[in-house]
Amino acid sequence: MTTEAKVNVEEKLACNKYNVDEGHAHIALKEEGADNLFDQLILCCPAALYRRGENGARSFDYAGCLECGTCRVLCGDTLLERWEYPQSSMGVSYRFG
Amino acid sequence: MVDFDVIIVGAGPAGSVAASVLAKEGKSVLVIERGAYAGAKNMTGGRLYSHALKKLFPQFEEEAPLERKITHEKISLISAQGNTTLDFTSPALGIAGQDSYSVLRAPFDQWLASQAEAAGAEYIYGIAVESLIIEDGRVCGVCAGDDMIRAHVTILADGVNSLLAASAGLGAKLSPHRMAVGVKEVIELPEQVIEDRFLCEPQEGCAWLFVGDATKGHVGGGFLYTNRGSLSLGIVATLSDLCKSRVPIYQMLEDFKNHPAMRPVLKNGKTVEYSGHLIPEGGYRMVPTLYGNGCMVAGDAAMLCMNLGYQVRGMDLAIASGECSAHAAREALETGRYDKEALSSYEGRLRESFVLRDMQASADFPDFMESTSRLFKGYPEMCQAIFQSLFVVDGKPGRPLGKKLLSPVKELGLMNVLKDARKGVKAL
Ligand SMILES: Cc1cc2nc3c(=O)[nH]c(=O)nc-3n(C[C@H](O)[C@H](O)[C@H](O)COP(=O)(O)OP(=O)(O)OC[C@H]3O[C@@H](n4cnc5c(N)ncnc54)[C@H](O)[C@@H]3O)c2cc1C
Ligand code: SF4
Repeated sequence: MTTEAKVNVEEKLACNKYNVDEGHAHIALKEEGADNLFDQLILCCPAALYRRGENGARSFDYAGCLECGTCRVLCGDTLLERWEYPQSSMGVSYRFG
Repeated sequence: MVDFDVIIVGAGPAGSVAASVLAKEGKSVLVIERGAYAGAKNMTGGRLYSHALKKLFPQFEEEAPLERKITHEKISLISAQGNTTLDFTSPALGIAGQDSYSVLRAPFDQWLASQAEAAGAEYIYGIAVESLIIEDGRVCGVCAGDDMIRAHVTILADGVNSLLAASAGLGAKLSPHRMAVGVKEVIELPEQVIEDRFLCEPQEGCAWLFVGDATKGHVGGGFLYTNRGSLSLGIVATLSDLCKSRVPIYQMLEDFKNHPAMRPVLKNGKTVEYSGHLIPEGGYRMVPTLYGNGCMVAGDAAMLCMNLGYQVRGMDLAIASGECSAHAAREALETGRYDKEALSSYEGRLRESFVLRDMQASADFPDFMESTSRLFKGYPEMCQAIFQSLFVVDGKPGRPLGKKLLSPVKELGLMNVLKDARKGVKAL
């Protein structure tokens, strides 16, 4: 798969108001899982939180999560170890929405 | 022993409307919302068709935090370089009862919640309902934080990603064919600039939908709504087809912003928020079982949403379904019976109202969209070619106009175009 992405999504996420739960990842990936499924997450996660490094290693960072549930629909039964809502008032808070 | 007559999960439009109707009837109501305030977790494209709200809040035009009244409709077939737009305006768009408004959900949902609170509903914020209390096959309340809270009736208005509905046997299986992801930026611009760029009077605005290159030819589209001092700009893409893309959704949005037709419209705008949300777009055939013993589902949690490409509706359906569920709960409270049969009037009410009627009328549309790839790649390019041949003058000896105009159609195949048109008309 070729992924043509140049935009810096982190800059956009930086506009948002977050209260990150440092102690608990509300979404967790399994260690293993099919590459083509991981590609789907790369394409569809609006926050660009699923990534592949230069060496091909997978990474995921829940901190910028928009809590949309896209990864749950795509890979809830396969690649994801868990998908929960962040705990009490944690996560993103939209000021506009 | 119950703590409340009715517990409602979620303070979106479906939940707060249900709370408001029940509280006005003197019922004890608790709304539990996981966000720090109503709307904190919610995003929408932007346009509220007001008819359902008007019925419940006749003064909403003066009271609700509305952005702009939509008096301009634009629909574009956007290709990689060109853009063909239909621009429509008519006084009919502004008549009370059929008017629509751009909204931002953080202020709007807080206003709706404040209406329910004023009527006597209680709200708890910042706590997610983790599970339902189910005894002898009946939902008897919720578990949230360390508390078990009991009620005669529980209404699940917890949105598209309802983690609770399935446990009550009511949820729909969310298939990537039936779900779209939406991503949006709120882009600030001075009010006067918005009025100048969109040719609108103060407090009036424009709704603009795009099909084609906004999603790089994939199933979905772009949207732009004018707010008072900002634009809501975004794209929506059906997950199953987005998975076949080479470009991720966030890059699609960035490229859309930089399209030659969009860049001047957004010039000097400042992005102040970036959001993402799912849309249940499977329509009528995706609507799950709507009620069970002691429990009902409303709004997005019940997949009550319509994406017709040129029109997205979910908020008016959420409001009306919240209202219907409240009336069903009220009736059940009056008879003292909370089983499935007692709550069945909920579905009856939805069937009599516009909610399930409109959804049923367009039941074939989601399949039409998904199976007509030329809508997203083909027709936008065809339109560009047609109008290019009409408008470009380059000094070369011309061909007859009819031939020029028909050749882009022939490229797609005249029969294909006719077939698609027929399919589309039938699906609507
Ligand atoms: C990109 C996009 C564009 C759209 N454009 C339009 C449009 O132009 N016009 C239109 O009418 N509709 C539009 N829609 C659809 C519309 O936004 C939804 O249909 C509508 O918001 C549904 O309202 P709701 O009350 O059912 O759910 P929501 O508004 O999603 O509310 C659900 C609430 O439940 C809360 N919640 C969830 N789980 C829990 C839990 N376990 N415990 C406590 N609280 C919980 C959430 O925090 C949230 O506040 C659009 C949607 C998207 C994503
Ligand atoms: S919930 Fe949405 S934003 Fe969060 S990781 Fe999953 S896809 Fe990305």
